[in-house]
Amino acid sequence: MTRLLATLMLVTLTLPAQAEPVSGYAFLDDSTREMQDDDFSNPGMVAVDRGAELFHELRDSEVHSCSSCHGENGEGMDIKAIARYPVFNANLGGLVTLQERVNYCWEINLDRFPLTPGSSELIALETYVRHLAKGETVNVQTDGDMAPLLARGEALYNTRFGQLDMSCGHCHVQHQGQMLRGQRLSQGQANGFPEYRLGRGRITSLQQRLTECFVSFRAEPFEEGSPEYDLLELYIMSRANGLEIETPAVRF
Amino acid sequence: MRGRSVRSLLWLGLYAACASALADASAQQAYCEWQSADFAIASPLCGLDGDPARGRALAADSHGGNCLACHPMPIDEEPFHGTIGPPLQGIGARYSAAQIRLRIVDEKQLNPMTIMPGFYRDPALANRIAGEFWGKTFLSAQQVEDLVAYLVTLK
Repeated sequence: MTRLLATLMLVTLTLPAQAEPVSGYAFLDDSTREMQDDDFSNPGMVAVDRGAELFHELRDSEVHSCSSCHGENGEGMDIKAIARYPVFNANLGGLVTLQERVNYCWEINLDRFPLTPGSSELIALETYVRHLAKGETVNVQTDGDMAPLLARGEALYNTRFGQLDMSCGHCHVQHQGQMLRGQRLSQGQANGFPEYRLGRGRITSLQQRLTECFVSFRAEPFEEGSPEYDLLELYIMSRANGLEIETPAVRF
Repeated sequence: MRGRSVRSLLWLGLYAACASALADASAQQAYCEWQSADFAIASPLCGLDGDPARGRALAADSHGGNCLACHPMPIDEEPFHGTIGPPLQGIGARYSAAQIRLRIVDEKQLNPMTIMPGFYRDPALANRIAGEFWGKTFLSAQQVEDLVAYLVTLK
C-alpha cells in the first residue's frame, strides 16, 4: 500500500514537471550561475555595452539615433512588447524576429544601409534591447495568424537533418536531462538568447546556435534570417513561454 | 640535364596524384550494399573481418565512433560516459554479431523514432547532408566490423 502510494505520488510529481518549460539555468553548475548573475563577471554584458553604443550612435550629419525616439536608456520601449518577439506583423510581411525589427528601424527610420542578419552589430543591438526586458516573461503569440507558422516551425523542429539524421527534438525533448558525454542535455529553451557561450567564447544569437547544431549533425545549415531559421526561432521561442528572459545568459 | 629534371618533376607529380587518389579510396571505401533479415544483417559488410582491439579504441574515440558520447560502456579509463542510449555492458550476451551489426548500421530499422544515427546507412537517404559528407557513411565498413567484433566480446 505504501509502495502504491509512493508510486502514485511519483507519477503525479513527474508528469507535470515534464510538460513545464525549464530554463537552461537549471542545468548549469553553481560557478556558471554566479557568472551569469553578476553583471560585472557576465561576459555577455560586453555585447549589451556595444549595443548601447550603437543605440546612441550619431553618424556624420545625422540628427537621430535610436535613443532619440526610444529614450536615453530605452525606457520608451515597452518591455512587454519585447517579450512578444518573434511577432506577426502584416505590414512588415508577416513573421518578424527581434533582429529584423531592429534592422527595419535602422534602415527606414535612421536611413542607414541595413545590417547583415547575424552580424555582430545586429546581435549587439538585439542583446541590448532584449536585456531591457530581462526578468519579463516570454510571451510569444501562439494563436491567430501565428498558428499555421508555429505548425511549420514545429515540423522543422522535428525534421531529421544531416549525416547524423537527427532532429532538434531528439536531444531537447526525447532525451532532455540525459548526459551527452560530460554535458547534460537541456530543454534547449531560448529565454536567455542572445547568450554568451563559454565553449565558443562569444555572444551567440539563437540562429547562430542553430547553425552550430546543424554543423554537428553534419547538415548544411540554413542562412541566418532565412524563412526556415525564422520559423524555427518562432517555434523554439514559443516553447519558452512562461520563462523569464535572462539575456545575456551564460551557457556552455 | 634541364629536360631531365623537368621530366622527373612530371613523374613526381603523377606519382603524387596517384598516391593521393589511392589514399582517398582506402579512407572512404565505396559503399557496400547490405541486406537485413529477421532484424539482423547476417553477412559482414563488404565481407570484411573485424578486429576487437581496433573496435574498442574506436568506441572510445570522440573523433571516431564515439559510442561513449551516448552509451555507458565498460571502458573505465575514460571519464564521462553518456546516458542517452542503453548501457552496452553484456550486449554480446543479449545479441548475436548479426543483430549488433544492424543496430550499428541503421538502428532506425528497429526503432523509427530513435536518436541513434545510422552509422552505415545509405548516404543517399540523408536529408540536407553537408557538402563535405556527400556520398559518405559516418563509419567505414571496416570500422563497423571492428565495432561488431568488439561488442560481441562484452558478455
